[in-house]
Amino acid sequence: MANTKEVRKQISSIKSTQKITSAMEMVAASKMKKTQDLMLVGRPYSTKIQEVITHIATSNSEHSHPFYEERKVKKACFIVVSTDKGLCGGLNINLFKAIIAKAADLKSQNIDSVFGLVGLKAAAFFESVGGDVISSADKLGDKPNPEDLIGFTKVILDQHKNGDIDQVFLCSNRFLNTMTQQPTITPLVPLPKVDDEKLVTTHWDYIYEPEASSLLDGLLTRYVEALIYQAVVENNACEQAAKMIAMKNATENAGDLIKELELLYNNVRQAAITQELSEIVGGAAAV
Amino acid sequence: MGLIKVSVVSSNEEIFSGEAKMVYATGTLGELGIAPGHTPLLTGLAPGPVRLETEKEELTFFCSGGFIEVQPNEVTFLSDTAERADSLDEAEAIKAKEQAEKTLADRDSELDFTKAAAQLAEAAARIKTIQKLRKNK
Repeated sequence: MANTKEVRKQISSIKSTQKITSAMEMVAASKMKKTQDLMLVGRPYSTKIQEVITHIATSNSEHSHPFYEERKVKKACFIVVSTDKGLCGGLNINLFKAIIAKAADLKSQNIDSVFGLVGLKAAAFFESVGGDVISSADKLGDKPNPEDLIGFTKVILDQHKNGDIDQVFLCSNRFLNTMTQQPTITPLVPLPKVDDEKLVTTHWDYIYEPEASSLLDGLLTRYVEALIYQAVVENNACEQAAKMIAMKNATENAGDLIKELELLYNNVRQAAITQELSEIVGGAAAV
Repeated sequence: MGLIKVSVVSSNEEIFSGEAKMVYATGTLGELGIAPGHTPLLTGLAPGPVRLETEKEELTFFCSGGFIEVQPNEVTFLSDTAERADSLDEAEAIKAKEQAEKTLADRDSELDFTKAAAQLAEAAARIKTIQKLRKNK
């Protein structure tokens, strides 16, 4: 049987781990509030730009843009939004699993996949799996700057424009609530068609100032950037929520473990006392 | 005269959402006045003030570049960053302008030059907004 010193050492080491996990839980809880706020303030912009893009799609524009063109897909790009740090449960790995499944599905249709990665975790994962990475961005922090993503996005969109890739997916976690984060893969480019008949049948077009092509190009690029930025911010909120839950579970498990070990410690101590007593009694009887 | 729905949004906040009688803004090709029933228009937004005449008051915002979408009953400003003109600090803006001018004076690379020119345009637009506000008061 284990001796009391060993058990005591184990208990104290678990206790200090528990302190760390409970501190991390509290940090994540306070950060979650901030990241959630950031996610909410970004929403009006993305909803508005989405509305404008829908208007453009329904206008009978004589100008078309590469982002609306549906080409035969030979190569697809996945933009993977992950976290920089671990200890957030299955958040990243669930997303990666969904992507790998989707990529395998495309592979069976003879479509190759390349990846654009946000976050260190995605970089580490796709390095070990061996994906073809065309663009990456990391260490964006809790308050990501939209400007930090411009270069990242440009690399991918340029490759789309010159025909290297034909389709772009945005993969990130959706924040449903604190308990649930949903890994999602949404098609980004080509932009989805609008099927609202009422809107399409009325014939109208914009006046463009200056010319349409450069204006549309700027606006659509901004749109893609906005969606990616929103995904990054939302993923941050997911990270903190998942981390909070993971750390809460860890703290609880540590508590259970400590309880069990304390029981064991008491047993061991009692056994030692009993043994000592019986030794004394035995010794006395022998004299 | 009717009203037109106006929303001014930037990537990190919603600046204004409501109705106005008249909207004035600076597009990339010049100043615009937008009244209700305007024909659909899509244009770039130059750094500068956006002025709204609502039923009760007149509001001014500073926008630094972006896009304007006009529908007959709705105007949307998609600004890169927009802030309330009242919160602008003129001294800060002038400092930024001076800095931009200094960079412009000792330019060494083409890249820095274009960046400084953009900064200068933005600083000038900020100062314009503030001065316009002062005059109106």
